[in-house]
Amino acid sequence: MTTAAVTAGERTGRARPATMAQALGRALRDAMAEDPTVHVLGEDVGTLGGVFRVTDGLAKEFGEDRCTDTPLAEAGILGAAVGMAMYGLRPVVEMQFDAFAYPAFEQLVSHVAKMRNRTGGAMPLPITVRVPYGGGIGGVEHHSDSSEAYYMATPGLHVVMPATVDDAYGLLRESIASDDPVVFLEPKRLYWSKADWSPAAPAPVEPIGRAVVRRPGRSATLITYGPSLPVCLEAAEAATAEGWDLEVVDLRSLVPFDDETVAASVRRTGRAVVVHESSGFGGPGGEIAARITEQCFHHLEAPVLRVAGFDIPYPPPMQERHHLPGVDRVLDAVARLQWEAES
Amino acid sequence: MTVQELPGAAAYRPTPPPAWKPLTDPAPLLPDPEPYRVLGTDAAAGTDPELLLRLYAELVRGRRYNAQATALTKQGRLAVYPSSTGQEACEIAAALVLEDRDWLFPSYRDTLAAVARGLDPVEALTLLRGDRHTGYDPREHRIAPLCTPLATQLPHAVGLAHAARLKGDDVVALAMVGDGGTSEGDFHEALNFAAVWRAPVVFLVQNNGFAISVPLAKQTAAPSLAHKAVGYGMPGRLVDGNDAAAVHQVLSEAVARARRGEGPTLVEAVTYRMEAHTNADDATRYRGDSEVEAWRAHDPIRLLERELTGRGLLDEDGIGTVHEAAERMAEALREQMNADPALDPMDLFSHVYEEQTGQLREQAARLRAELDAGNGAHDESGAEEGR
Ligand SMILES: Cc1ncc(C[n+]2csc(CCOP(=O)(O)OP(=O)(O)O)c2C)c(N)n1
Repeated sequence: MTTAAVTAGERTGRARPATMAQALGRALRDAMAEDPTVHVLGEDVGTLGGVFRVTDGLAKEFGEDRCTDTPLAEAGILGAAVGMAMYGLRPVVEMQFDAFAYPAFEQLVSHVAKMRNRTGGAMPLPITVRVPYGGGIGGVEHHSDSSEAYYMATPGLHVVMPATVDDAYGLLRESIASDDPVVFLEPKRLYWSKADWSPAAPAPVEPIGRAVVRRPGRSATLITYGPSLPVCLEAAEAATAEGWDLEVVDLRSLVPFDDETVAASVRRTGRAVVVHESSGFGGPGGEIAARITEQCFHHLEAPVLRVAGFDIPYPPPMQERHHLPGVDRVLDAVARLQWEAES
Repeated sequence: MTVQELPGAAAYRPTPPPAWKPLTDPAPLLPDPEPYRVLGTDAAAGTDPELLLRLYAELVRGRRYNAQATALTKQGRLAVYPSSTGQEACEIAAALVLEDRDWLFPSYRDTLAAVARGLDPVEALTLLRGDRHTGYDPREHRIAPLCTPLATQLPHAVGLAHAARLKGDDVVALAMVGDGGTSEGDFHEALNFAAVWRAPVVFLVQNNGFAISVPLAKQTAAPSLAHKAVGYGMPGRLVDGNDAAAVHQVLSEAVARARRGEGPTLVEAVTYRMEAHTNADDATRYRGDSEVEAWRAHDPIRLLERELTGRGLLDEDGIGTVHEAAERMAEALREQMNADPALDPMDLFSHVYEEQTGQLREQAARLRAELDAGNGAHDESGAEEGR
């Protein structure tokens, strides 16, 4: 499906509606076409094109040696990728679902993250680990984990999360080009989100590590990434009814973290809420709130608040709507930012 | 009792240090090259008619269950269902060879084995329905939670069987895994532990040809999955997974062997997944109809039916009775599944720890307040829009 739809847009040279999944697939295709050292490997990535069809058509176009259905073993897949990268290839690994990446943790933490450091810079590992992640698609257990906190707590890994179709393409290209390992978290509930997008003229992206202001505002900053970006944009729209003019910052990567963009925004607005769906305790929001406090203390009119998933194992599909932070929870936090008025 | 004191364990210790002795005769560990068959062979004559009839009734019921569950996914009553149609002989035999005190360690596809072991059909679907992660008390039924991460339940089976043996209990664990799952590190580690500890475990690999889209040839280069046993020092057995009598016999022998303290066995049942991986999968992308059709001729229910009718143990009436019973089960299942489960959102916080932490109490209070305020985010409709 991906390649055909994208080619239609390309022929006319005009932007056409494309899904995030299609843009990701196109990024893989273009990277493979440009650089023969780029290899894709994982479970069901070949004939099937991945369970989300992101790798559709790659095996056909580049052959099974470049897009490989591996045996079903995540530690083996990532471990093999380490060896491939040691020998000069640029592996892009697909983990089928967030919670199925855990068998590969040993390889990720002990080798992928540390090889550059262990070898005094002599052996960087240009590996991209693509992980469909997060909830909201009605998946049964182990299909909806938000694992970014584990990854960001591991020095040596970049942690990147696109939230738009443009970024899906651009950030994946950047990640594959990076000489450092990247954990590329694909918000699976945004896979089918669409935007007008042309593969012939994809929007240029800045290097990994730059956040963007998705919506300028003056009253407070919502800081978010990945699956929670649409929630925050919707909340910002809704908040105008209350007279709030919210700025929304999309981090796009947790590592590196763009202190500059975040701090500049919070200094302008004086108030901040961090929004993500992974658990709050020990989650990314705590780190972000601490950094903001350290850098913007004198500009803050209220404590930095967090809106996060509950501190529970990801719930079953019939209950997930109670867990995922939605617009109301964000607005509720925004209301609590009127700190002076309350105290 | 320590491991060393267990009967038979001493023989497994290297004695004395330098003398490593190669196994002089690995033959007893090696599987026969052809899958073991009973139905339609001379061996069938010796089989117990009552057992065959019981297997038949369970197979028919199981197939009907698979069909009903798949239908329920279309009505949105189940989040997802991985059908085991075509594999019923493996599912049923796995359940029937065990004593009540034994344990079953199923994978996510093995709902049918759990039901055949006596689990309530609705409780068995709880995970796939999406209201709770496990719908039953594993200790009550001695069925571990249906396991989604592949092969991770296998070391658990080894540990449980080992613990039971340390306690002096006469308990066997039977662990189920797919062909794809045998590639995981956990499979290797479980088999190795089981053999070293001589744990009373039986590993049943349902080789149904595919791991989602990946055929066996891309999964392993071994002559058979049963061959893998030899390297760990346990016997491997290859069996026709569509021959219910054969699967039952091979598993019974393996269970008896484990019970006698002779250690684990790896059984590979060669079968075929007739449906797609789950209702969400499109099997036409990776396999052709002709292959599926070829397997239809080797259907486990037909094989058994032919045997039973040929021996005059079953007639049209008997077949009708079995199908009627299956239909009644399906009807009851449909009815029960059409009722919305009574769910309390506050349950989200109930079983994270024995006692709720301060944070969880705080978060529970916040959710309570949201629900009391009639916050739209908690409506069913809100959830749909959120998708
Ligand atoms: C550790 C892990 N990795 C990936 C998956 C995703 N997944 C679910 S089922 C499946 C294929 C399993 O194939 P097989 O073991 O042959 O069992 P079958 O589905 O054929 O019963 C995969 C890759 C998973 N559940 N767990």
